[in-house]
Amino acid sequence: MTDATAFERTGELTGEARFGDYVQLLKPRVMSLVVFTALVGLLVAPGPVHPFLGFAAILFIALGAGASGALNMWYDADIDRVMRRTARRPVPAGLVEPGEALALGIALSGIAVVMLGLAANWVAAAWLAFTIFFYAVVYTIWLKRLTPQNIVIGGAAGAFPPVIGWAAATGGTSLEAWLMFALIFLWTPPHFWALALFMKEDYHRAGVPMLTVTHGRRATRAHILAYTVVLAVFALGAGFTGLGGPAYWTAAVLLNAWFLLGAARIWRRDEAAAEADGYAVEKRFFRFSLLYLFLHFGALLADAALGGAGLV
Amino acid sequence: MAFQKPHELHQRRFGRNLGVLLTLIAFAALVFGITVVKIANGSLMEAYDHQPRASQLPITETRP
Repeated sequence: MTDATAFERTGELTGEARFGDYVQLLKPRVMSLVVFTALVGLLVAPGPVHPFLGFAAILFIALGAGASGALNMWYDADIDRVMRRTARRPVPAGLVEPGEALALGIALSGIAVVMLGLAANWVAAAWLAFTIFFYAVVYTIWLKRLTPQNIVIGGAAGAFPPVIGWAAATGGTSLEAWLMFALIFLWTPPHFWALALFMKEDYHRAGVPMLTVTHGRRATRAHILAYTVVLAVFALGAGFTGLGGPAYWTAAVLLNAWFLLGAARIWRRDEAAAEADGYAVEKRFFRFSLLYLFLHFGALLADAALGGAGLV
Repeated sequence: MAFQKPHELHQRRFGRNLGVLLTLIAFAALVFGITVVKIANGSLMEAYDHQPRASQLPITETRP
C-alpha cells in the first residue's frame, strides 16, 4: 500500500502540510509590521550601516518574530481552535502537528539570534532573544490567560523591533529607541481593545480574560481614552528628541489630534448607541489606528531621508 | 509502462521539498554575502585558538 492509497482510504492529509502552511506559522502579517518598524529603527539610528548587513539584520529580526509566532501557535492551539478568527491556523486546522510548530519555533529562534549576532552585533541579538522569550514565555505561556492586562504585555513584545533595529545599527540603545518602543507599546492597548469591543464573541468563547469581559465595556472605553492620552504625550514628546523633524511633527500633531478625538468619542458612547450603528465609531477608530502607527514610523523615515539628503 | 497520475499528496511533498531547497539556497547565499561584506570591511578572519599570536596582542609601544 502506498501513501497515496492510504490517503484514499482515510481521506485525510494530516501531517502533509504544504510549504505555505509552515510559512503561516510565522504569522507573515505580523512579520510585515516587524520588518517595517525594525527597518525604521535601523535607518533613523545615527551611524552608517552596510546595506547588505542592514538587509540581513532586518531579515533575521523578522525571522525571530516569526519564530515566536510559531511558538505562540504551538501553545495557543487550544484557544485558536475555539476562536473563529484563528480556527483556520495550521495547527488547529490539523495541517501541522503541534510538535512541528514547537520544533520550528525553537530552531528558527536559535538561527535568528545567532545570525543577527554575526550579521550585526550581540547587543541586538540579545534584545532579539529577550523579545522571543518575552512573547513566547512571559506573554503566551504565563500572562495571556491570567490577566486582562494581557494586551498591554503582548504590546511590549511587539514594541521591541525598532529597539533591535536601532541596536543593530549602533550597538546599543538610547532614549530615541525607547521612545519608538513607547509609541508601539502604548498604541497596542487602544488598538486591540477597540477590536475587542466589536469582536466580543471570539475572546469570550475562548475564555481569554479580555478587559471587555472582566471589567466591562464601560471600563474598556475609559482605558482606551487613558492609553490614548498617554500615547499622545509620548508621541509628541518624541518630537523634542533627535527623532523630531518637520515630517514627524506634522504627522504627530495631526494624527494624535485625530486619535484623541476618536478615543473621546468611544469613551462618550454607551453600548446602546454602539449597538445601534453596528460599532461604526469603534471600527473606524480601529482602522485609523493602523494608519496612525504606519504614518508615525513613515514620518520618522521621511525625516531621516530628508536629513540624509541634507534638506533639514 | 504507464506512469501513475501524480496524487495531491505527492504534489504537496514536492512543493514542500522545493520550498526547503530554495530556503536553504537563500540562506547559504545570505551567509556567503555576510562573510564577503565582513571581510571586505576588515573584520578579523582569525578566531582565538588558545595560542597567543602577535596579531592579537595589544600594542604596548609607540614610536616617539
